[in-house]
Amino acid sequence: MNRLIIAVTLSSALALGACKKEPPEMAPPPPQNTMPTPTPTPAQTPMAAQPGSQSHFAMAMSGADTIYFDTDASNIDAEDQAALRRQAEYLLQYTNARATVEGHADERGTRDYNLALGERRAYSAKNYLVSLGVPESRLRTVSYGEERPVATGSNESAWARNRRAVTVMIQN
Amino acid sequence: MIRTRLLASLTSAAIALMAIPAAAQDSDLATDLDPATIGANDVEQVDVEDSGEGISVTVTADAWQDLGIAIASFATNRDEPTPANAQGTAALGHELARVVFNDLRFNGLFRPVGPDALPRPSYGEITDPAWPTWRGRSAEMLVHGYVRNNEDGRLTVGCYLYDVALQSELVREGWVVNPSEWRRAAHKCADLVYSRLSGEDPFFDSRIAYIAETGPKDNRIKRLAIMDSDGANHRFITNGQSTALTPRYSPDYSKIAYLSYVDGNPRIYVYDIGTGRQTLVTQSSNPTFAPRWSPDGRWILYSMAVGGNTDIYRVSSSGGGTPERLTTSPAIEVGGSYSPDGRQIVFESDQSGAQQCYVMNADGSGQRRISFGGGRCATPEWSPRGDQIAFTRIAGDFNIAVMTPQGRNMRVLTNAWHDEAPTWAPNGRIIQFFRTERGSGDTSIWQVDLTGENERRLRTPVGASDPAWGPVLP
Repeated sequence: MNRLIIAVTLSSALALGACKKEPPEMAPPPPQNTMPTPTPTPAQTPMAAQPGSQSHFAMAMSGADTIYFDTDASNIDAEDQAALRRQAEYLLQYTNARATVEGHADERGTRDYNLALGERRAYSAKNYLVSLGVPESRLRTVSYGEERPVATGSNESAWARNRRAVTVMIQN
Repeated sequence: MIRTRLLASLTSAAIALMAIPAAAQDSDLATDLDPATIGANDVEQVDVEDSGEGISVTVTADAWQDLGIAIASFATNRDEPTPANAQGTAALGHELARVVFNDLRFNGLFRPVGPDALPRPSYGEITDPAWPTWRGRSAEMLVHGYVRNNEDGRLTVGCYLYDVALQSELVREGWVVNPSEWRRAAHKCADLVYSRLSGEDPFFDSRIAYIAETGPKDNRIKRLAIMDSDGANHRFITNGQSTALTPRYSPDYSKIAYLSYVDGNPRIYVYDIGTGRQTLVTQSSNPTFAPRWSPDGRWILYSMAVGGNTDIYRVSSSGGGTPERLTTSPAIEVGGSYSPDGRQIVFESDQSGAQQCYVMNADGSGQRRISFGGGRCATPEWSPRGDQIAFTRIAGDFNIAVMTPQGRNMRVLTNAWHDEAPTWAPNGRIIQFFRTERGSGDTSIWQVDLTGENERRLRTPVGASDPAWGPVLP
């Protein structure tokens, strides 16, 4: 179950990576102004994704489920705000949806500090969602510190992709 | 003829495994855990026969490292079967000497020569060495020992240190151990030799808790594991279904505090070795991490994030107490390590904008920054001797460094891409840490002495991180 969620968020993170402030070396940027589409493309999922499910959310976000941070930082910049606004719109549209914000750090830190930093990042994203009207009761946070990298390299672009907060749907 | 006399009663080795249904939070624990091999039984010390000599010799501080020491096979009075060795007590005696030899050799102590390269003394020669045999060798010191199988199935091990030139005994000790703990007798012999010749406190008879790592970087399995100080008696405590991190043995080896994601969130559990059960360090829905014991075992320090802000708390280790918050800044305060007298705590905080090390009184008062040596200061650990603080120094690369508790005389001991998380040997003379390889993220445990010159990798069955060296076993 977790493995599936990670796989989906990972591909989303890869897609978004290209348009962030420290752009990783990959992929052309996805269209930024596309509105979230409530109807998923059937070709991409064997079964029609249910609104509020992780696969439906990830597709609707097309990368905006993840925000990125500078080294040791947890502040929400303009780019993060745009992504979080799309997340908030989704969560306000699908009122049964509940989400976990996962906070992560890159490997270039000490383990305990990275756990604290991941929590601070997750909470920072969650706080912003709450400020946009998402009920706090529908959001939780978890820090994975440096334990779950999406990019396995030991270089700046990999670290930039790992310093992130990822919003994932909680399966009802 | 060798006499032994009981000096103390032995704590029963066999702690019955209790058949308690596993609670959900125990579901990640391995199912075949024998408390006797994870915790600590008392080893009984006994008097052993002396050799009729008793001259006291003191070796000067800087000379002892170069001493040549011959460690001969331990003899046995009668070659008998023992659960400790399939070939009997004579073969066991040879293995005992090998463990002593490797303890000294792998730690860069003295110039030891092991039993494989030496004549085997007879039982009678243990208290009456064949001096002509040993004088012809380059060894200034001679270690002899014996092992005897007792009627109750336990083993008596004697250990003797002789000065070859003076033909005199420097020190001797003996212990009664269960066959399953025969290596502890060898470690105690190594400790005896090391302490007598160096003037330092012992450290070999101790255990290390750590995290065993397997699998690729983006799907790594992390299991709680333990081993003796020399890497022997390796055991996995958790089965790897959920990530385990940052273990710490309680000072009496009765419990292990560590972080587990067993319920999906990072939380500290206190694993009770005797019962095989574990409990949350505090009943809170907030994430808790970075557990540390007070030197007397009465307190557990931990870090907890509330509303995204991490601070340091302490709670009674006996359970049920109200946690006490020790730091209050909106920055990240994490880690924490008690001074040996339990009166102060060194910890890290990023309140200055980056990780730096701070000291406070045990009640949280009197907080002050101590690290001004350039770079960042993380994971500080107070030496058991009290005179040094080891930490992860971040200045481009990550290295292990030491400084005084006042933040003076900073010295960097290692030079790799990413060394992290120092933990002290019980005598405060050696520091273990883990090293991460750039790219693969593979981890291994290393140790270095305070000169920075003697650095070596510990042998572990798989990747290894987060070492935590416990005190000398009770």
